[in-house]
Amino acid sequence: MIHRECGVLKTSYEADMALYPLPIARWAVGAIAAVMFAVLPLALGEYYLSLINLVSIAVVGALGLNLLVGYTGQISVGHGAFMSVGAYTAANLAVRLHAPFWIALPLGGLMAAVIGALVGIPSLRIKGLYLAIATLAGQFIIEWLINHVTWISGGVQASIEVPRPRLFGFEIASQRAMYFFLLVCVVLAIVAALNLLRSRIGRAFVAIRDHDIAAEIIGIDIFRYKLIAFAISSFYAGVTGVLYTYYLGVANYEQFQITVSIDYLAMIIIGGLGSVLGSIFGAIFVTLLPILIRYAMEAFGGLLFSPAALLNIIPNLRLIAFGVLIMVFLVVEPEGLNRLWRNIRNYFRVWPFAY
Amino acid sequence: MFDWQFCALLLSNGVLIGLMYSLIALGFVLVYKATDAFNFAQGEFVMLSGLLVAVGLGSYGAPLWLAVTVALVLMAAFGFGLERVVLRPMIGRPVIAVIMATIGLAAVLRGFGPLVWGAETKPLPLPIPDTPIVLGPLLIPPIQVVGAATSLLFLAGFGWFFLRSRIGVAMRAVADSQQVAMAMGINVERYFALAWAMTGVVSALGGVVWGNLLGVDVHLSLVGLKVFPVVILGGMDSVPGAVVGGLIVGIVENVAAGYLDPYVGGGTKDFAPYVLMILALMVRPYGLFGKEIIERV
Repeated sequence: MIHRECGVLKTSYEADMALYPLPIARWAVGAIAAVMFAVLPLALGEYYLSLINLVSIAVVGALGLNLLVGYTGQISVGHGAFMSVGAYTAANLAVRLHAPFWIALPLGGLMAAVIGALVGIPSLRIKGLYLAIATLAGQFIIEWLINHVTWISGGVQASIEVPRPRLFGFEIASQRAMYFFLLVCVVLAIVAALNLLRSRIGRAFVAIRDHDIAAEIIGIDIFRYKLIAFAISSFYAGVTGVLYTYYLGVANYEQFQITVSIDYLAMIIIGGLGSVLGSIFGAIFVTLLPILIRYAMEAFGGLLFSPAALLNIIPNLRLIAFGVLIMVFLVVEPEGLNRLWRNIRNYFRVWPFAY
Repeated sequence: MFDWQFCALLLSNGVLIGLMYSLIALGFVLVYKATDAFNFAQGEFVMLSGLLVAVGLGSYGAPLWLAVTVALVLMAAFGFGLERVVLRPMIGRPVIAVIMATIGLAAVLRGFGPLVWGAETKPLPLPIPDTPIVLGPLLIPPIQVVGAATSLLFLAGFGWFFLRSRIGVAMRAVADSQQVAMAMGINVERYFALAWAMTGVVSALGGVVWGNLLGVDVHLSLVGLKVFPVVILGGMDSVPGAVVGGLIVGIVENVAAGYLDPYVGGGTKDFAPYVLMILALMVRPYGLFGKEIIERV
């Protein structure tokens, strides 16, 4: 442990800007990739892979929201609606125009980016709470439009069935195939986010978050970069919506209501605002929490409560745990799981010779 | 042919409902005015107090005055405790932290109510006749009149309170600048707690009125969603703004629902206030009566 930073001497800006400056980080990333791509799909059954798939989809969405909220400092309570925009765009393209998956996926994202930028326009004049409420209005208006305009939602139930996605002639039918595809998407999303953040755009985002007036004075076009942030973030959200739609096999606006927006906000709060790794932690945590609660209650709850009472207890317990966790993290550890991870890492950095 | 009677009915209904929205918005304005915090759980406050009263009446068979008094006391205590545990650590933190803390609180309350008292809709009977008052062409449900009257009473009361009373003036000072207020010898933390307790009391009354109208279950908390258009239109820190905003939202949603619903297939009631709010945000983000915030570096 103590020697991991020894001999790492940066002699160029490229080396200083590298994503993984330490050899140990490169090995760790390589090891994680090997586990994810080779070991897990062989070791786990379809059910566990489907859980990981859910987590993967959430990671993409949480990354996108963190780019907007954590890095640019603009609040959005409308990401669920942006996801539904992506979902319905892709579903309509796939069903009406028989667009192949590799076209429907990015177009869904692009459409969400356009709508997201539109909703983000008020961010020029308003911020903080007012922006939160404006995006909340965006959420309701988009939800209402999708629900009431049958041209978009295609019928009474406002749901559109999508065909199984096909890529390069392969049909992604099983959870295992889906797993590999989603893993590639997650890797792309993470690498794109990391690279974006060390580019000119990413620096501008952070400058706007830290002090928007100061950022404007040093020559950053605030409006432009805020819109870019909204667009990129909504693109991620749109892609999340498309992926989730294809995961379920049906586009339905009920999957993208205000509670989803709040779930994703909870992910980045619990994971850590302004951190890529935190988005991943948060997505894993918030996605798996209800499943763990259900398991725990089904295993041990029967000792205390009747089965009928459990039906009432489990969803409500989930809500309570969710809310309490948000508040506890905000009060006790505002920087989230990412901070906890950093604390652990820093402890072992000089271990066993702490002084 | 324009149907005057229909229009008058929509307008009168809108005014009464709007005043009832004002009552809930008042709770929001109180907290914002005194502590600069936003309560996204306002609807859940209303739901919780409605539940307390309904359970007091239904399960314990308490008389109405006792159930309402107990709910008022409990809600005040709840607001007090909440400020101490959750909101005080949020002072000086970014906006999103406060928003998310109250959203988390909303989730807890929405889970807590049904968990403890069951998920079914409970009635909240008040000794008010059901038969509508006929006033020329208008049919007015008495509960709405009671709600609107309660609302007006409290709005006038709080208007006076903030303008004249010692505590109200101190609260305005705290809202204006916490540091200066401290320097003037005002116990800032005490007034924060007091503001939350007062919100609890106002929400409790809202819960009684709205609970009677809609029945008490988780969906009662949805009235909280109407608070945002109301306070944005009226101005977040203005008591008269809450009245005017409530009236505008009540009238717009009723008129829109009456005239547009047949064409678009329902749901205009929830949609129209938000469209109006977006327009207001674009033109006048600080609302009709709100204090404009000028940013200085």
